[in-house]
Amino acid sequence: MSIQLLRADTFSPPETEAERRVLANTDDPREADLSGVRVVELQFPKFSDGRAFSQAFLLRRRLGFTGDIRATGEVLIDQLLQMQRSGFSQAVLKADQDLAHAERLLRHYGGFYQGDALQPQPRFANA
Amino acid sequence: MYRHDAFDRQFVQQRAAQYRDQLERWQAGTLSDDAFKPLRLQNGWYIQRFAPMLRVAVPYGEINSEQLRVLARVAREFDHKEDNDISKANAGLSDVPSLPDRTAHFTTRSNVQFNWIPLARSADVMELLASVGLHGIQTSGNCIRNTTSDALAGIAVDEVADPRPFAEILRQWSTLHHEFAFLPRKFKVAITGAREDRAATPWHDVGLRLLHNVDGELGFQVRVGGGMGRTPIIGTVLREFLPWDQMLNYLEAVVRAYNRFGRRDNMYKARIKIIVKAEGQAFADQVEAEYRDILELDGAPHTITAAELARVSAFFTPPALACDRKSADAKIAHILKAAAEDDLEFSRWLTRNVVAHKNPDLRAVTLSFKRLGQSPGDATAEQLERAAELADRFSGGEARVTHTQNLLLPWVRCDQLPELWREARRLGLAKPNIGLLTDMIACPGGDFCDLANARSLPIAQAVLARYADLDELHDIGEIDLHMSGCINSCGHHHSGHIGVLGVDKDGQEWYQVTLGGSDGKRLSGEATPGKVIGPSFAANEVPEVIEALLDTYRAQREDGEPFIATLRRIGLDPFKQAANAVRSTTARPVDAATV
Repeated sequence: MSIQLLRADTFSPPETEAERRVLANTDDPREADLSGVRVVELQFPKFSDGRAFSQAFLLRRRLGFTGDIRATGEVLIDQLLQMQRSGFSQAVLKADQDLAHAERLLRHYGGFYQGDALQPQPRFANA
Repeated sequence: MYRHDAFDRQFVQQRAAQYRDQLERWQAGTLSDDAFKPLRLQNGWYIQRFAPMLRVAVPYGEINSEQLRVLARVAREFDHKEDNDISKANAGLSDVPSLPDRTAHFTTRSNVQFNWIPLARSADVMELLASVGLHGIQTSGNCIRNTTSDALAGIAVDEVADPRPFAEILRQWSTLHHEFAFLPRKFKVAITGAREDRAATPWHDVGLRLLHNVDGELGFQVRVGGGMGRTPIIGTVLREFLPWDQMLNYLEAVVRAYNRFGRRDNMYKARIKIIVKAEGQAFADQVEAEYRDILELDGAPHTITAAELARVSAFFTPPALACDRKSADAKIAHILKAAAEDDLEFSRWLTRNVVAHKNPDLRAVTLSFKRLGQSPGDATAEQLERAAELADRFSGGEARVTHTQNLLLPWVRCDQLPELWREARRLGLAKPNIGLLTDMIACPGGDFCDLANARSLPIAQAVLARYADLDELHDIGEIDLHMSGCINSCGHHHSGHIGVLGVDKDGQEWYQVTLGGSDGKRLSGEATPGKVIGPSFAANEVPEVIEALLDTYRAQREDGEPFIATLRRIGLDPFKQAANAVRSTTARPVDAATV
């Protein structure tokens, strides 16, 4: 599953407000009511604030949430791979980001050591 | 030692290529300074006082001769003072012309640093390093840093189990971990498998010690929340016994709890030690709950399989070294006796720089990088190349970067000791001072570092000059002298028997002196920070203070008692008085009211 790249200046959410749940970085996703929710928005107040990576992991893997997990805030192309691997399915990038380059960065690595939200087993388990 | 497979090699090369792309976008102006900063930091590139600093990772300290030669090339071909415009830099109190270049520096965290490489050449350096599996991945930034271990890992006579396979498994798991690259602050793990703690594990964010439980099963004691800096704290034992195969699952729980709840409002309160201390059992409960969920809900995906441990352990099979067992004992005894008798220095070297080995045919030998004229842990390009030759000739091509900023040769045949000693002495790397006063730990300090309040290197040189006499040095005996140029504590002053800390007042250099710190090894006792002995001293007073402290020890010691034992027995007061008595610059007229 490849993360969907969106641009903050042109993006308008397809879901209704009732279908969207916006979580603060201090919220525990496991305590959120997700019934009828199609999209959970997680925030990056600064790109270097990594709390939403753990929130996305808990949503995707721990809760098995199958809707979209959307990254908002200071979303830069150099963190997309981490977002994708943590379970995000959409990234609303800052308007100045180069989406074509982002696609290249997402394909850069041939594999990783540890398991993640897409591939829960570490590399050694598949050896 | 571990050898990179095709995947590892490609991974490190892809990392170097990724870095080049980031650098080029930054140079082209499409990647901002702020966005580039954590990316370069997580590749080891800092901006320092005069030039960038590169920190190359040496995972758990193990390095081969081919890698040492590439580090020498980096020093020789890239570490050039003249390539930097230092006219605009704030030189502080540094004597810039005397600062060395074309030089590498061994750090307490078994990394290797360079001080003069321009950023414009940084991607070239990363590609060169990648050609031998070296990199700067996660040597800086708010992520899981390079794992450190015991310099005697896998060869120590007091070892419960070899920590290196676990350190390597940990390296792989923590490398480019998608979830844990933007933690509240840096995160350091140390791991040891020996009874003697040579890795200062209680001082780390996580300290892992291999041990057997009552049923004879192998596992870890897990400490969490140790650290130095402004708030020195000894790690809390969260687990007395964690089965070895759960190392990654448990670490995942610790780091996830830290990522979610660690403070991000104040960088000085952002290390995990602060939350462990502030929340105590509540944090421990959070970790345990998360660990349970990883096991029960996630299916414990990072449980280390026996096959994986066996696969990684196979890399650490000792090198095949020919040694004539039949005549070895007699031959060794003869050689050592003959040589020792005609050379006191050789016998001292055998005592200080050579230690016993799991394999009775072998010894571990420390090359001392603590000598007059060079900063502690500094190695020129030439010295790195010669050290690589020594590793090839005497140690199966392998060396270790030690916590105490030296190089250790782990696989030396005991019948080759005299030859190694002669070669090392010719290179100036055989000073028999390991564990002694001049084998001090020191950070680069204010000469290079932008964070430092004061220089540490001139103090180190003054101590090396004052205690050049080997008789005196050996008479003083084992002691840990640790010096940091600022409260960030890279020189581990908190854990020194004598600690020296650079502080800043009115743009001048001042030094706090602490006594009685311990890194947790047997000599030093349970890990603890030292106590400050009074107001700061002026730079010119520090060598005299150290001398006064040592004189006090020598006057008060009982037979065979090391400095730290005398200090513990008689208390700080006699040492404080001696230190205060040498004040000149900082001497104050006695206030009549207090008399």
